[in-house]
Amino acid sequence: MEALITWLDSRLADNSIFTLQTLSYYGEGLVTTVQLVFLSLVLGLVAAVPLAIGRGAKRRWVRLPIFLYCYVFRGTPLLVQLYLIYYGVVFVEGIQETWLWVILEKPFVPALIAFTLNTAAYTTEIFHGAIKATAKGEIEAARAYGMSQRLMMRRIIIPSAFRRALPAYGNEVIFMLHASAIASVVTIMDLTGAARFVYARFYAPFEAFLFVAAIYLCLTFAILYLFRYLEKRLLAHLKPASG
Amino acid sequence: MTLRTTLSLGVLGVAMIVGTANAEVRDIRIAVDVPYEPMEYRTPEGELTGFDIDLGNALCAEIGIQCEWVVQGWDGIIPGLMARKYDAIMSSMTINEQRREQVLFSDPYITPPSAWFAPADVEIGTPSEETLEGMTIGVQRGTLQDNYVTDMYGDVADVNRYATADDMVLDMDSGRLDAVFLDFPIGKSTLIDSEAGDYKVVGEMITEPKEYFGEGFGIAFRQRDQELADAFNEALAALQEDGTYDEIFEEYFGEQE
Repeated sequence: MEALITWLDSRLADNSIFTLQTLSYYGEGLVTTVQLVFLSLVLGLVAAVPLAIGRGAKRRWVRLPIFLYCYVFRGTPLLVQLYLIYYGVVFVEGIQETWLWVILEKPFVPALIAFTLNTAAYTTEIFHGAIKATAKGEIEAARAYGMSQRLMMRRIIIPSAFRRALPAYGNEVIFMLHASAIASVVTIMDLTGAARFVYARFYAPFEAFLFVAAIYLCLTFAILYLFRYLEKRLLAHLKPASG
Repeated sequence: MTLRTTLSLGVLGVAMIVGTANAEVRDIRIAVDVPYEPMEYRTPEGELTGFDIDLGNALCAEIGIQCEWVVQGWDGIIPGLMARKYDAIMSSMTINEQRREQVLFSDPYITPPSAWFAPADVEIGTPSEETLEGMTIGVQRGTLQDNYVTDMYGDVADVNRYATADDMVLDMDSGRLDAVFLDFPIGKSTLIDSEAGDYKVVGEMITEPKEYFGEGFGIAFRQRDQELADAFNEALAALQEDGTYDEIFEEYFGEQE
């Protein structure tokens, strides 16, 4: 490790912008971005499954609030949601004295909340669409077997809807990665925050942003590859039988 | 008698030099990033005003050209100059070596110090690595204060970087920041004067080391516009001589020490 750093340092000796110092900003930014996106996606996914089922419920008082939630969070820019959550909470009288402030004081949790709520809304709609598109025959077959609504949901509808939703959800994951670039407006040093810092410090927009664009490309490539693999595994039954 | 003759000769001389410059210097557009009180901001009626605006207008009048102000965000203010969207930047821009590689500066027209500001109830001694350890410090991204704090205290304190001074004040109001490091005049007008008693200045005014704080604020031009810079330097010298400069200074900063 020591030798690697020395080697890297010598390679960067005549580079005034990409020093070890700025590379470490990018490195920390990468960690922050991946943490933020990964956590919000996992939390959003966990929330979206029950919400998607509820979104198609027969009872109005279950369906309507979920519809409203999705409508509001898909209908407003993520940047506005982030501003409202980060700067908005401080206008709640006396919040600084409660335990909530411990987690809301730093920008990470407010950003995580905004991102999670946003991606959960989109994912809910994706899953809801996939559930609605379940083939009639599958449902009728399940009924014929005497499955209860609950069992049918668990064994038939959710697994098949999940697979159908996979390509669309892969898109949502990539969108979320790119949307996370706005985290730097609430002082988080994510990848874009690091790029903006380097840009502002060295007045080098091309170097700072091209480099960060390349990192985003690599991340996107990894996500694409992961979803290609998942689709190959889980959607194998959709492939035409090869001769 | 002799003094007066010398003075009038001097003024005549300046007028002649300015007169010659006049023939070569065209009307220009000057970029400014608002608000940055009291250097540049808008009146409630929406008109641009501030030290930079008044001094800039006086300089243009002295040279004898028309100047148009263009409002431009700080992040893109130097690229905009390069892209010829305007011909000069007069927006509290500190002269330093990194910027000098990109732009041509006039002589410094003011040298404001930076200072630490903190909520009145936060106990901070003279700012140092020990006293700031573990604190959250606010700076405006890409400013010299950002560079200074990042290099001096980046390892011991959390540095939050904001796009605008407004966001920073909001976060200080909410208790997210323990201290901010700002240009003194801006901090004084936004934190001390307008929010009486909530904030205090901590420690001394800071103007050293020069590698961070530069030589003061300068007007930035494109490297090739040497004549334009010369014209502004001559006009600045003339205004400093005839007292116009002091009048404008006192209007925004009170009595000059």
